[in-house]
Amino acid sequence: MEGVLSLLSAFFLLIGSFLCLSGGVGILRFPDFYTRMHAAGVTDTLAATMILIGLMLQNPEMLVIIKLILILLMTLFISPAASHALGQAAALNNLPPLVNVQIKDLEKGSASGDKTSKS
Amino acid sequence: MRHKISLSIILIVFWLLNSGHYNYLILALGAASIAIVVLIAHRMDVVDHESQTIHLSLEYPRFGLWLIKEIVVANLTVVKHIWLGNKTITPTVKVIKASQTTDVGKVIYANSITLTPGTVTLGLVNDEIMVHALIQENIVALESGDMDSRVSRLEQSW
Repeated sequence: MEGVLSLLSAFFLLIGSFLCLSGGVGILRFPDFYTRMHAAGVTDTLAATMILIGLMLQNPEMLVIIKLILILLMTLFISPAASHALGQAAALNNLPPLVNVQIKDLEKGSASGDKTSKS
Repeated sequence: MRHKISLSIILIVFWLLNSGHYNYLILALGAASIAIVVLIAHRMDVVDHESQTIHLSLEYPRFGLWLIKEIVVANLTVVKHIWLGNKTITPTVKVIKASQTTDVGKVIYANSITLTPGTVTLGLVNDEIMVHALIQENIVALESGDMDSRVSRLEQSW
């Protein structure tokens, strides 16, 4: 029983870590502010859930599980509000989102790509 | 008055779940902090006016489960595009309609959109939601109105 639990826990923690890593890579890799927010969303939702489930299986006591579930619920309620505030602030300050054509251009002149996305 | 009692009960349950220590000193401190919170809420006059009653209905777990499924699927899509690279993404901004009538319903819809990776709500004015999507198919899926009608159904159960 113990072995099964810690194996399951390791499985969930591993998936969570991979998703966190993917989120980080996405934040570095995507071309502009708005697309980077989507990558951060991965870390906010499924990665956090997986890691918290892994932690619940580490120590299956009632109080611990309830606390972790509360943390999970709080994250799921708070993170969209934070993302929305970020996105709206960017939109209100007229930061133009990159659309398809511009990304194709970026790919062509990939050396100047980073500069263009920052300006 | 009814709301103040229910607020106290909710706070007590919340405190007990978070504490896990049950000696007299800690219990007294917990009771004192709950009393102060209820007193402040009373002085601010928020309890009986701005409270949002919790309606229990079967629609909540049903919507929750559906939303979790959507979040998992959307996460996998975004992760796929992260590793496939920038050539595969097609960022789009579009204004879509929300059919909900109450403010809470609209907020639930907008938050559900933001919660699923790949779509972020940039603004909400009256019944129009501005959405930024990582790939165009996400916008098409939103425009098909599946999530919209599910939130509306949730809203009607109140």
